Amino acid sequence: MADLNPLTAWRRLLALPNESRTKTLVMAFLVSVICALAVSGATVILRPIQAANRAAEQQARLEALVAGIPGMSELLASAGGTLTTVVIDLKRGRAAGEVTPATLAAALQDSGNWTALSPAQDLAGLGQRPDFAQIYLLRGEGDALSLVLLPVSGAGYNGPIDAIVALRADMNTIAGLAITGQSETPGLGGRVEEPAWLAQFPGTPVADAGGTVRFAVARGPAGSEYEVDGITGATRTSNAMTQIMRFWLGPDGYGPFLTAVRRGEF
Amino acid sequence: MAARPSSWSILTDPLIRQNPVTLQILGLCSALAVTTSVATALTMSAALTAVLVLSAALISMIRNHIPGSIRLIVQIVIVASLVIVIDQLLQAYLFDISQRLSVFVSLITTNCLVLGRTESFSRHNPPGRAMLDALGNGLGYSLALLVIGSIRELFGTGAWLGWQVLPTVDQGGWFTPLSLMLLAPSGFFLLGGLVWALRSVLPEQAEDPELLPPDRPEDIA
Repeated sequence: MADLNPLTAWRRLLALPNESRTKTLVMAFLVSVICALAVSGATVILRPIQAANRAAEQQARLEALVAGIPGMSELLASAGGTLTTVVIDLKRGRAAGEVTPATLAAALQDSGNWTALSPAQDLAGLGQRPDFAQIYLLRGEGDALSLVLLPVSGAGYNGPIDAIVALRADMNTIAGLAITGQSETPGLGGRVEEPAWLAQFPGTPVADAGGTVRFAVARGPAGSEYEVDGITGATRTSNAMTQIMRFWLGPDGYGPFLTAVRRGEF
Repeated sequence: MAARPSSWSILTDPLIRQNPVTLQILGLCSALAVTTSVATALTMSAALTAVLVLSAALISMIRNHIPGSIRLIVQIVIVASLVIVIDQLLQAYLFDISQRLSVFVSLITTNCLVLGRTESFSRHNPPGRAMLDALGNGLGYSLALLVIGSIRELFGTGAWLGWQVLPTVDQGGWFTPLSLMLLAPSGFFLLGGLVWALRSVLPEQAEDPELLPPDRPEDIA
């Protein structure tokens, strides 16, 4: 006769010999349910704090990038010390009205907001490119745009390389570069993070008068004004940096946006 | 079991006499990896001690009802869940340090020290004693990490817990940091040295001759 009282059922279960099949199954099930609850509870409850931590870290990196650009820390201080964040529509090159920084992550979950890249277009080895990107604008006196910070990414030698490029008001001169994520070989490609190498970027023009992106990481010492020195022993990483910059500053990346800024739309 | 060891000896034995790192040589992977600075060593020690004590308590509480056939799985699931919870807490409240500890917190799951204590002690002892034993082992692990971490940070960067003790050449002092100290091999050297020093002072920690490899022909004969 089945006894439906849960308390007696529980007592009977505990009284079962440990080796019985029922007890083994029930114990395994209970342990996994309790552990699953603990793990998912911790993850869900702590996620907002962790997201805030990551955002704060990104903000700190951004501020370090801007502070490292000569003359920009004073500008930052006079502009109130904060950057404005804008989501832009990469295809049209203007601010995306319907997507805000808060809804960007949700918008990018939708595969309709991604554009597949043909092999010829896909310089940076991305496969596909989001249609929206979050960028940062810094305005100086008279609300004139003095600096834009553009997040870029692409395939490196060991994994993706994420960086932020800062462009001066002419939208053609690099004001600085900060690597925000990379997994290149330590001591070789990993040297992309070294301040000494990144120090070559400020002042380097990106495109020639005709608008073609000419920027490159040279093999060996820089040969023209559009080049920076290569990293010895890290040809693949150097090439990846070239391709990432060419893709993102070219027509399939931020090109339409940069043209719009030059026309004075921002 | 002969005389039951007193609570005090359960807690203090693993500090030096039965130290899990230097005597039992358990949990080495993390011990070598996170000792480049005292701060990471201490955080890792705290995380491991917390996991060890909590898992000992939980497993000891249900010790009479763990089916023998799945006992290792049950223990690992409990340990792994605790590790994830602690990892999430670190990421939420100690973000910088959790970035520096990277995967090593998650690897506490596979730290043989944790499973070793739950399997050999918590399964046969009531929660209070199991937690004491776990705490003692956690502190023993922490002590070993603290010693190695102190040496590595002091000679690798000239600092201790972030305080500049030896003025480095870069800052106009006289001390040239030994960058070898910050690389993995120095962890092995220092741990080997520590084990050697301990076993010279406490000869009873040396392994029995029959456990040594017979590399001298006259031993075999």
